[in-house]
Amino acid sequence: MSASQGGRSRFRQAVAILFQQRSSAIGTSITLIFVLAALFGPVVAPYGLNQQLTSATFQPPSLAHWFGTDQLGRDVFSRVLLGARDILAFAGVGTLLAIILGATIGLFSGYTGGVVDEIIMRAFDGLLALPAMLLALLLLASLASSDLSVIIVLVVVYTPIVARVVRSVVLSVKELAYVRAARLQGEGLGWILYRAILPATYPALAVEGALRFSYAIFLIASLGFLGIGFQPPSDNWGMMVSDARQLTSAAPWALYFPAAAIAVVVVGVNLLADGLKRIAQTPPDPRS
Amino acid sequence: MTRASTPAPLLEVQRLTVAYTRAGRSYDAVRQVSLTVQQGESYGLVGESGSGKTTLALSVMRYLPRSAAVRGGRVLLNGADLLTLDAKAMRRIWGRRIAFVPQDPHTSLNPSMRIGQQLGEGLSTDGLDQRQARQRALSLLADVHLPDPPRIAECYPHQISGGMRQRVLIAMAISREPQLLVMDEPTTGLDTTTQASILDLIRDLVRRRSMSILYVSHNLGVVAQMCDRVAVMYAGELLEDAPAARLYARPLHPYTQGLLDSVPRLGQNKRRVRLRGVAGRPPSPAETRSGCVFLARCPLAIDLCNDAPTLFETAEGHTARCHRWKEIEAGSADPRQPASRKAGPPRTPTIGREVLALQDVQVHFPLRRSLADVFSRRIRRVRAVEDVSLSIERGFALGLVGESGSGKTTLGLTILGLVERTSGEIHLLGKPLPSVIAGRSPGTLARMQMIFQDVDESFVPTMSIAEILRRPLIRLSGSPPDEASSKAISLLEAVHLPPEFADRFPSELSGGERQRVAIARAFASKPEVLVADEPISSLDVSVQAAVLNLLNDIQVVRDSGLIFISHDLAVIGYISDVIAVIYLGRLMQVAPAAEIFEPPYHPYTEALLSAIPLIDPRGKQERIRLQGDAPSPVDVPRGCPFHTRCPRFLGNLCKEVDPPEQRTASGGMIRCHISLDELKAVQPRVFAFSSPVEGSG
Repeated sequence: MSASQGGRSRFRQAVAILFQQRSSAIGTSITLIFVLAALFGPVVAPYGLNQQLTSATFQPPSLAHWFGTDQLGRDVFSRVLLGARDILAFAGVGTLLAIILGATIGLFSGYTGGVVDEIIMRAFDGLLALPAMLLALLLLASLASSDLSVIIVLVVVYTPIVARVVRSVVLSVKELAYVRAARLQGEGLGWILYRAILPATYPALAVEGALRFSYAIFLIASLGFLGIGFQPPSDNWGMMVSDARQLTSAAPWALYFPAAAIAVVVVGVNLLADGLKRIAQTPPDPRS
Repeated sequence: MTRASTPAPLLEVQRLTVAYTRAGRSYDAVRQVSLTVQQGESYGLVGESGSGKTTLALSVMRYLPRSAAVRGGRVLLNGADLLTLDAKAMRRIWGRRIAFVPQDPHTSLNPSMRIGQQLGEGLSTDGLDQRQARQRALSLLADVHLPDPPRIAECYPHQISGGMRQRVLIAMAISREPQLLVMDEPTTGLDTTTQASILDLIRDLVRRRSMSILYVSHNLGVVAQMCDRVAVMYAGELLEDAPAARLYARPLHPYTQGLLDSVPRLGQNKRRVRLRGVAGRPPSPAETRSGCVFLARCPLAIDLCNDAPTLFETAEGHTARCHRWKEIEAGSADPRQPASRKAGPPRTPTIGREVLALQDVQVHFPLRRSLADVFSRRIRRVRAVEDVSLSIERGFALGLVGESGSGKTTLGLTILGLVERTSGEIHLLGKPLPSVIAGRSPGTLARMQMIFQDVDESFVPTMSIAEILRRPLIRLSGSPPDEASSKAISLLEAVHLPPEFADRFPSELSGGERQRVAIARAFASKPEVLVADEPISSLDVSVQAAVLNLLNDIQVVRDSGLIFISHDLAVIGYISDVIAVIYLGRLMQVAPAAEIFEPPYHPYTEALLSAIPLIDPRGKQERIRLQGDAPSPVDVPRGCPFHTRCPRFLGNLCKEVDPPEQRTASGGMIRCHISLDELKAVQPRVFAFSSPVEGSG
């Protein structure tokens, strides 16, 4: 009947919730702008990533070069714009995989309980005891430098965190009547975990997903800044910041704009997380 | 206004209107309500959730939340309008003139402060020094009959029981000798036996200190026992207001009548009386309506009711908001059908119809061991269920009654295989039943289903009603998916819900509707045995009767066995054919329904019966109060588990020796050292109503 119709009204309701509060409206707009930049950056960017305008080095921001140019005459606006695609894609894919894996492990571990749960959780405690950056460095040191390694790092670093959050929700839900009713109906483990329990974790997952996404952007930028896991020439904002460090007095804009891009997108996604939580907590609009 | 002969009233609420604003929309929670509480009077305010009773109480206290605003009216205390006072002036009123006893003793005390300190804090503002405040706190704790006040004063709230915390809250409220106590459901959530002693305490305080009470409750029995005058609220309006004895004996508003007919009286049984209840669903606060607020659910509604009725004074001190009160009083308009009796006496169990048999079932949970336990080599276990043997017949209802912590829910879950049993046997249709669900086949699962207590948690919130009903059909009955859809619709019809509900989600249904869906789901696989765990206790009073009737009808039609778990002996007595009384995991008494209300009883049953607040202000009841709280199931007393609280305690025999199971003539059982003849000789009939309960038609 109205599955698509219901879906559409649910979408409209979600948009309405996002724009109800100023903070999440701002967060949504920022995130949207960066996503558009990632999608259409190559079409819109006035210059190429490494296109050197030898006649125009060290240009301050102007109408011709909105974010100025660096020592090699590269257009900083184009570089920031083109940098969005990779960083958002890596962060997005890494976070998504961490969410899927973490949710699955968290659901299984929390629902099964007992020794299995104990072993999984203590192992994750071990992983979480290491700071994310240190863990990332350790992994990258032992893996070949490639795009895949960066994603593996994100998954390893964030899966335990997501699993823990999901597990805590599972523990509060698994003794509820509807889970008991599902067991009495002879439902299998998969159905109980994904159909009965998983929806209860959506609010936590939405928030966790958005937060992990923003931290993933941050982590990738940080790795780029340290020059680990990415090979120049790369369009990683962190690496741009790193390159521009020597230019603080000559062309500070080359440093500031990529740094600002990192900061703004992280803040934006964090604000969005709040709105997502409210969407996940709102029941579907009752039909009149 | 007031005649010279009557003393000035203590509290007058005049045409009070309170509105809440939510999501930009505002609606009235209390509309034009007037009431008067006299000096020394206990005034009961009865209503269901959303009736506005708590909002009214909070406005009297000036405790309304920010989202609420008084839109009109006055609240006069000794003639002075409280609503016009500023915070500073109110501080002189709070505690000294009016005090509040909140509903939830678990969240109303500061968890990080000792009881003595919390009590003393309020007193220190009266200019008492620390020593005086402490002395006063101790004497207050003694006033509310707490044992060993110095020890209690040193306790943190979590170290004492819920009943004790409620006593502390009462002590706080009376600490500065207020004239008026506003109590919001002060005993809801407490065990019946605890509730009885708290009510005794309140009555005693009122008499000794000549305080007035505004008592807010949904419980008709408690109000009948506590109050001199009772008002009934519905959808923000006051529908009827009368002296308690009159209201309960001759209610004039159809809603009051419906409420009183919604709850079974002690001793009534479904085989002889059918509960009437109130049709329809309770109003949602956002609904806009014209005319009588009760119009949509009223069995006596006529065209005239589209005009909102006023409060008619039907007699001195008795008002009712109904156009037809005269006809109702004269008996020419009566919503009560002649009691639809079912033919024949209650059926007696017949051999060979047994569907489920429990033999010596035991459930123990190991406690998580602490380091101290490891060193002392103790193994501490929660002994939730001990040696329970029972059998359930086809078409029969077994009532399992007990207080919180008695193990009644655990026993239900154990039967269904949701909790693993430690030892003992359960047979379903003569075949041994594996201990847990994992070992049971879909065919076995289909034969046993459950209805849960909490209707809010019974369904996956993201699943439509159709999907909820289809699952057991597909999983357990093996219906193909398309057939399951049409069967789901007929299940909805069987529980008197329209087929449109199939597309709705649980959050769109009212509590009563949700419980109907739960009943439909439980019966989907045509079970032989149904376990219903407190299926009506989370519902509003007016819809309880309908759900109870429905459950009963389907069970009888399907000829399945029912295990009905409840803390409420009146409900258990109504629905059950056989009643089992459980205390600390042990069956203390098993008896046919009619017999449980007549001596000989087990002393614990006797205490339970005497603790139930009768829905009859003039009813007579033996007064037996249990001392202290039930022991923890971790440290079950030796001998008879009830000996620590037993009013008929014999001595060392009860302490040392497990009492024998004495068989009664009808096949019942009483586990007690006192012989049945002796029990019968010393025990009176615990309760009596002022008028015959059955045969109202």
